[in-house]
Amino acid sequence: MLGKLDWSAIPFDQPIPLVAGAVVLVAILGVLAWVVVRGHLPYLWSEWITSVDHKRIGVMYVLLASVMLLRGGSDAIMMRIQQAVAYQSQGYLPPEHYNQIFSAHGTIMIFFVAMPFVIGLMNLIVPLQLGVRDVAFPTLNSVGFWLTATGALLVNISLVVGEFARTGWLAFPPLSELSYSPGVGVDYYAWSLQISGVGTLVAGINLVTTVLKLRTKGMNYLRMPMFCWTTLASNLLIVAAFPILTATLAMLLLDRYLGFHFFTNEAGGNVMMFMNLIWAWGHPEVYILVLPAFGIFSEVVSTFSGKALFGYRSMVLATMAICVISFMVWLHHFFTMGAGPDVNAIFGIASMIIAVPTGVKIYNWLFTMYGGRIRFATPMLWAVGFMVTFIVGGLTGVLLAVPPADFMLHNSMFLVAHFHNVIIGGVLFGAFAGFEYWFPKAFGFRLDERWGKAAFWFTFLGFFITFMPLYVAGMLGMTRRMQHYDVAAWRPWMLVAAVGMAVLTIGVICQIVQIVVSIRNREALRDRTGDPWDGRSLEWATSSPPPVFNFAFHPDVRGEDAYWEMKAHAKQQLLEHEEPEYQDIEMPRNSPTGFVCAFFATIMGFALIWHIWWMVILGGLGAFATFVVFAWRDHDEYVIPADEVARIDRTNLEERRSLVSMAGAV
Amino acid sequence: MNLLDPQGPVAAANSTILIDSVFIMLVIVVPTIVAILGFAFWFRASNPKARYQPDFVYSGRVEMVVWAIPALTVILLGGVAWIGSHQLDPAAPVPGTGSPVRIQAVSLDWKWLFIYPDQRIATVNTLTVPAGAELNFQLTSSSVMNTFFIPQLGSMIYTMNGMVTKLNLRADHEGRLQGLSAHFSGDGFPDMMFDVNVISPLAFPDWVAGTAKTDAVLNEDSYRTLMQQGIEKSRPTYRLEDPRLFDLIATQHIPPGPGPELASEAGRSHSGGHDAR
Repeated sequence: MLGKLDWSAIPFDQPIPLVAGAVVLVAILGVLAWVVVRGHLPYLWSEWITSVDHKRIGVMYVLLASVMLLRGGSDAIMMRIQQAVAYQSQGYLPPEHYNQIFSAHGTIMIFFVAMPFVIGLMNLIVPLQLGVRDVAFPTLNSVGFWLTATGALLVNISLVVGEFARTGWLAFPPLSELSYSPGVGVDYYAWSLQISGVGTLVAGINLVTTVLKLRTKGMNYLRMPMFCWTTLASNLLIVAAFPILTATLAMLLLDRYLGFHFFTNEAGGNVMMFMNLIWAWGHPEVYILVLPAFGIFSEVVSTFSGKALFGYRSMVLATMAICVISFMVWLHHFFTMGAGPDVNAIFGIASMIIAVPTGVKIYNWLFTMYGGRIRFATPMLWAVGFMVTFIVGGLTGVLLAVPPADFMLHNSMFLVAHFHNVIIGGVLFGAFAGFEYWFPKAFGFRLDERWGKAAFWFTFLGFFITFMPLYVAGMLGMTRRMQHYDVAAWRPWMLVAAVGMAVLTIGVICQIVQIVVSIRNREALRDRTGDPWDGRSLEWATSSPPPVFNFAFHPDVRGEDAYWEMKAHAKQQLLEHEEPEYQDIEMPRNSPTGFVCAFFATIMGFALIWHIWWMVILGGLGAFATFVVFAWRDHDEYVIPADEVARIDRTNLEERRSLVSMAGAV
Repeated sequence: MNLLDPQGPVAAANSTILIDSVFIMLVIVVPTIVAILGFAFWFRASNPKARYQPDFVYSGRVEMVVWAIPALTVILLGGVAWIGSHQLDPAAPVPGTGSPVRIQAVSLDWKWLFIYPDQRIATVNTLTVPAGAELNFQLTSSSVMNTFFIPQLGSMIYTMNGMVTKLNLRADHEGRLQGLSAHFSGDGFPDMMFDVNVISPLAFPDWVAGTAKTDAVLNEDSYRTLMQQGIEKSRPTYRLEDPRLFDLIATQHIPPGPGPELASEAGRSHSGGHDAR
């Protein structure tokens, strides 16, 4: 009846996951109870859960990423403590726990923190920057988000029901095959990624289509803000790379469920093929993450320097070069597998070539600052911090691309330090910069600067204190994923790294405090004009938060930095402008399709993991039926009458006029 | 285990390339970081001396330079990578004094088996080699993937079931080094560290003769016992009965090692039992 599931799946003998799970469960139930008691449920349902508004979906993506960041961060704290204490002893985590924790940490941080964070920001901002009213496929967008949430939910269920993978975040066979990992851990891993992978793929298709097909009047490709370009490049990579991940995991699942032999030791399976395929996805994946961050930094550096981006066309070229070359370098992840010197050298050099466009980007940001008038608001601090940090990560990355150096450093703590250097210093700093920068756009008030700056400094210093020692440990021969060790030389560095982790934690706490403080002071921090940073692109041309239709009129773009041009040339016009003739606007209806579909996908995923076949069929049919119902819909749009549009737009226009006239008076 | 304290020619060459590459990159990285901090500081909004040039958004010369600097660096490093990859191919022989020593390494769950087919002996978790001699390694795995790595001797290489990888090393000084597995392989993975005893070439035959006197015999049966999951603290040595044992393992005539047994139907597996803790 319940497949492999019975009471022994709950780890009653292991207090850590059980207590953690209980705390989370109580917290969720508490929030739910509060929502129901206060009568917020209808609002939540109709305005958020079923929303197909790209801004709301973007916010929910970022919220998901933030919650999962706390989960992944807790894993990180546990790992750092374990390696600090497990010298000549077993530490406090037995191998079966420790191995789950580092596997979950990697999986969560990549798939459920970094991915939803950047996809959320792209969702929120790209249609605004393009001057359009929504993404290409609004309901599909909602489906994509909720399927990602399903994946995150399944990973968290594994904390208390069964176990998570103990194989590392890429689940290399044969370790991940049924003979060596007979538990459900790998199944949790694979099914959550399969389901959320569908979500990511549809998000990618959606954003590619949006950028290619939905741009406002005059928004040529070479007038798009850099963030739109990096969004395009990143989502092209998603569309090209995620099917490889899906196919690879599907083969692993066939091995595990139906006795196939793609990657087994026996019957002609080939473990090297898994490594080959997973990195053919895995290397583009890091560029999927970092390209949008590059876009965010381009916007931030240019806005806060009070200058257009230096060498815009060069930046576009560099972005697209990275997009293409990133698909040709994956072999550098296994130089030590015994391929010949020709193969190793060619892929090593190809990997280094990526450093050229990346270096160009750094220099162009540098020259954007040159001759600027730089305001050090929190987003700009993250951007400068990123440039310094990322260069160090780039240096160690190119070093690892030299095969003879990699023969010494592959899989070492040096490698761990390197990819945290680029993922934290690049992607996470970018996500935080974007969060601070666009928060006023999403919610209508700015974030507290003092707490924001404190968060930056603690995170920045915490990063260096945590990860520089790991570089040293790698140079001392320490490899990754050690549950305990006996080498005295490694110990001090693990202790320093643990201290750094504490500093990083303070940074995260500052960020939480910042949000709480800002919500309390929201009236004082209110952004009335919609343009709190003196911005340059179209997202600042509408109110904060933008109305559901984003723009009452499609903006007419006449050059790069569209809104900056408007501000420069139209100050007078704006003042004298007569009231335009407002028209009705059609917007897509909210739809529970995404939520319901993900609900059934969760049931199906859980049932697949536990071999509860009747439930698999139930979940599959439910999800399919949801699609059919959606396909048979009669009305998918509603009309916002012209009067309503006018009422909403006038308020914002008034604020802007008063600002411009004040500026004119000075 | 310091990578910058090499004890053999391969490690020495690897670490030289490592250091050279870092210095080549530092030549551009340090000025760039200084420029970032310098520009950010000088062009701060509150500095009245800084000239605001909002129209400085393109310069063909600057673009030339910013594409050329990383490109030239990469050309230089690419040369280092190309030559280094060929000179330090793990399969390429490393000349040494005296006759080469053949060693067949097998990664087991979770220990290392070192077979000396010419000497007809085998050891577990201890590798004894003569200083100065060429060491020819053939490597395979009894079950999951591992990576054979002696940091101070250089180049690591994967071990995989049903396949043989090759590695050539040389140890130049007598002494005790440490090796490890550099690819996660399950619960007992951290206990896959092994000792490397580098002894004088004159003492090596004596060590071989002494080891060959042991009563323990490594044959297919005792290998099957050894490959059960578990960690090994006692470092046994064996007399090798059949010098073709490695080939039997690598060609899967001896099937891959078993995994853990499922403790319950509920999918929470326990592996290695208590000895893994």
